[in-house]
Amino acid sequence: MTFTQLSFYLFSAVLVFSAAMVITIKNPVKAALFLVLAFVNAAFVWMTLEAEFLAIVLILVYVGAVMVLFLFVVMMLDINLDRMREGFTRYLPIGGVIAVIMLAEMIWVLQKGSFSLANMPRPEPKPDGYSNTKELGQVLYTEYVYPFEIAAIILLVAIIAAIALTLRRRPGVRRQEPSAQVAVQAEDRLRVVSMKSEQPKRGDDK
Amino acid sequence: MKGIYLAIPLIPLAAAVIAGIFGKAIGRTGAHTVTILGVAASFVLSCMVYADVREGLYFNGDVYTWGISGDWKFSVGFLIDSLSSMMMVVVTFVSLMVHIYTIGYMHEDPGYQRFFSYISLFTFAMLMLVMSNNFMQLFFGWEAVGVVSYLLIGFWFKKPTAIFANMKAFLVNRVGDFGFLLGIAGVIYIFGSLDYAEVFKAAPGKADMTAEWAWDAKWMTVIALLLFVGAMGKSAQVPLHVWLPDSMEGPTPISALIHAATMVTAGIFMVARMSPIFELSETALSVVMVIGAITALFMGLIGLVQNDIKRVVAYSTLSQLGYMTVALGASAYAAGVFHLFTHAFFKALLFLGAGSVIIAMHHEQDMRKMGGLRALMPVTYITGLIGSLALAGIPPFAGFFSKDAIIEAVHHSELAGSGFAYFCVLAGVVITAFYSFRLLFMTFHGRNRADEHTRSHLHESPLVVTIPLILLAIPSVVVGFMYFEPMLFGDYFKDAIHVLPEHDTLSRFGEIYGGATGTELIWKAITHGFVALPLYLALLGIFLAWLFYIKKPELPGKVSKMFGPVQSILEKKYGFDEFNQAVFAGGAVGLGKLLWSKFDAGLIDGVLVNGTAKSVGWISSIVRNVQSGYVYQYAFAMIIGLVALMSWMLFRT
Amino acid sequence: MIPLNHYLILGAILFALSVVGIFLNRKNIVIILMAIELLLLAVNMNFVAFSHYLGDTAGQVFVFFILTVAAAEAAIGLAILIVVFRNRRSINVEDLDTLKG
Repeated sequence: MTFTQLSFYLFSAVLVFSAAMVITIKNPVKAALFLVLAFVNAAFVWMTLEAEFLAIVLILVYVGAVMVLFLFVVMMLDINLDRMREGFTRYLPIGGVIAVIMLAEMIWVLQKGSFSLANMPRPEPKPDGYSNTKELGQVLYTEYVYPFEIAAIILLVAIIAAIALTLRRRPGVRRQEPSAQVAVQAEDRLRVVSMKSEQPKRGDDK
Repeated sequence: MKGIYLAIPLIPLAAAVIAGIFGKAIGRTGAHTVTILGVAASFVLSCMVYADVREGLYFNGDVYTWGISGDWKFSVGFLIDSLSSMMMVVVTFVSLMVHIYTIGYMHEDPGYQRFFSYISLFTFAMLMLVMSNNFMQLFFGWEAVGVVSYLLIGFWFKKPTAIFANMKAFLVNRVGDFGFLLGIAGVIYIFGSLDYAEVFKAAPGKADMTAEWAWDAKWMTVIALLLFVGAMGKSAQVPLHVWLPDSMEGPTPISALIHAATMVTAGIFMVARMSPIFELSETALSVVMVIGAITALFMGLIGLVQNDIKRVVAYSTLSQLGYMTVALGASAYAAGVFHLFTHAFFKALLFLGAGSVIIAMHHEQDMRKMGGLRALMPVTYITGLIGSLALAGIPPFAGFFSKDAIIEAVHHSELAGSGFAYFCVLAGVVITAFYSFRLLFMTFHGRNRADEHTRSHLHESPLVVTIPLILLAIPSVVVGFMYFEPMLFGDYFKDAIHVLPEHDTLSRFGEIYGGATGTELIWKAITHGFVALPLYLALLGIFLAWLFYIKKPELPGKVSKMFGPVQSILEKKYGFDEFNQAVFAGGAVGLGKLLWSKFDAGLIDGVLVNGTAKSVGWISSIVRNVQSGYVYQYAFAMIIGLVALMSWMLFRT
Repeated sequence: MIPLNHYLILGAILFALSVVGIFLNRKNIVIILMAIELLLLAVNMNFVAFSHYLGDTAGQVFVFFILTVAAAEAAIGLAILIVVFRNRRSINVEDLDTLKG
């Protein structure tokens, strides 16, 4: 057993284990942390497939950003865990049966031999100095430049949507309105009243 | 000539339109002037046409093509021959008399102009019927006279009984008309034409065609019977007679014109016209004869117990229509038409006479409240006596010749049922004489039973009433011997009526006169009358009437006690009305209720309308459980569907 | 050497686990979102594996886009979650049945 094989099976085992923990563990915070573990292991598995760039992206994006978001949300919300766990196993039989059927069918198809080493041999490792990032970048910015732009726009929309959804104005809270401050005119603030100057009355002298 | 033929029906139509639409503008006098002038013009033209026909004119032609559908042509045309020209004269003459009479009878009525418009319209329709040269126009006239009859029976539309009567007349006639229409359909199916001449020419060649659906009956029998059903409705033969007595709810002039003299004889006319078809089916002739015989005897019997003066005359009309029908059945079409001809005069006379009495009695129609009017109303009495003698069949009045011919013709008939028919017509003679003289005696003889007020106002009717009576009394006396020879034994109807030699009962009857002609024949006929049974039967009837109502007025009460059940059966008119009311009217109502409750409320409303809504609601109440509102359940459904699809794709081979 | 189907089976196992996760944690939207991330990971695993064995970088480009969309989805999903919680003081799916009408 080579190192590659060893690392694949090891990381795969940890990946499956942590995925199982994600869906079964009681505490959402721990679930999120197990999800982090699962993604890290998935990144390692991808390393064995020579997809270094995606492995790094997975760790950066998921472990660094998305999972933080998850944790942040989970911790911020006051979630009643006991009610969440009610009837936890109620759908286990049907879910289990569905999942087992699905898995059995997929494994049955995959083990037929179309994807065995004989039919699909593992390519030779790339030579030294080969850059997965460079190769990916070359197709991404040439052949897939429009989908790439669209992906950028999707991300932008997601940012705006997330802000728009969560932004709220609480009543009773004083805050600045910069646009109103900028747009204000002198007339709105100051009123010049023209009137006759008053003459002192005679009797006032007394 | 076509112009004259067209003018004859169209002048009364124009008069009817003027009187009907511009009635208010032209006033009462205007209305009766225009309609009487119209009918008079029609009458004069008819007489001219009649004279031409006597000279040998025969006209058959279309004036207007109504429509062409495939090979079938529907046209308006005239067939002018001896039969139609005779009917034209009768119709226009009686109509003219009735027009004049109406001035007196209806002078107080608010619907004066409307009435004149209707009777003129009737004259138009009846003329279209008799002058027609094809079945389509015959049917048009047939229905048109039915409509006018309906309008006139219900002329006093505020009277509930009149409305019931006109509805009844209309519905019963629908039954007959349905048969008639089917008969016409049969004609067009078999002959492919509606023209009389073509049909009659082709008829002998199709005599042996059989209709598989009717148990291999001959087509001619089927058509003849269906057409006769129409005649049964219009000419009030048993069992479709029930409308005629009730039609007496209409004004008396109408009873005289439509329900005695002209319209009800349309059926007789039609059968005579269709003689080439009826001759081909002995079955049909037998049926016609038996139905006519039943009508003749049993309707006359009802006339014995009626106390309403108009109803007595109405039942006598039914009975006489039965006589005519019997004659048709015995193939003595000429005798039937001859009786139609004479009957038109004396029955119109009797009705108008009854109307005259009714005017004098201030619209009291119960004979038990009359009596002794002879001295007060001499003209009405004498004309009524003439009418009654003619009806009873006393020589030399018109009825004697025609009725004697019918009885003899039936005697000579060899068809099935002729024995029964012969008995019926003989018995009918006694009955006829009895009830007509019962009417006469109860009304004009004996003690006056009217109340004080009415009695003080009794007087003879005005001239507009009595003149038509006199004018009708004259033909009631003379037409009998005037037309006895030409109509029955001459070649008068040779172009209109076809009789097969083996059915020719009339010429067999004529043999007893040994080929006599002219005055000699009339004398022989009258002397034959004195040696034959019918005259003595008639005299017996008159004697019985005299005995019962003049000599011993207490007798009727005793007799009716003796024959209580018979009396009650007669008074109930054999229960035809009750039967129809219970079975047909009740059945229709019951069926309607059943359809309403079961089909409309149950099936349509319950199952289809509400049922649809309910089943939708029921299914939805189940399906709504699927819509839990929980997204995760929807997601589960998707996943399960995905797995199912995947499995199907994997294992489908 | 590791055959391709081992990678694919790993993806299948991850996929099935995610499905079970959705069934089990049907009340907890947060865990459901996490299960969806795992689901996408399983798909990505297949893409990367095929890309490597077929020597085609297109698979990796697709994974890149999927990651983009998944990140956007997670961000918006969590934003919606916060709005829901703010309005209802609960993220229990059983309470969210307005779709029932």
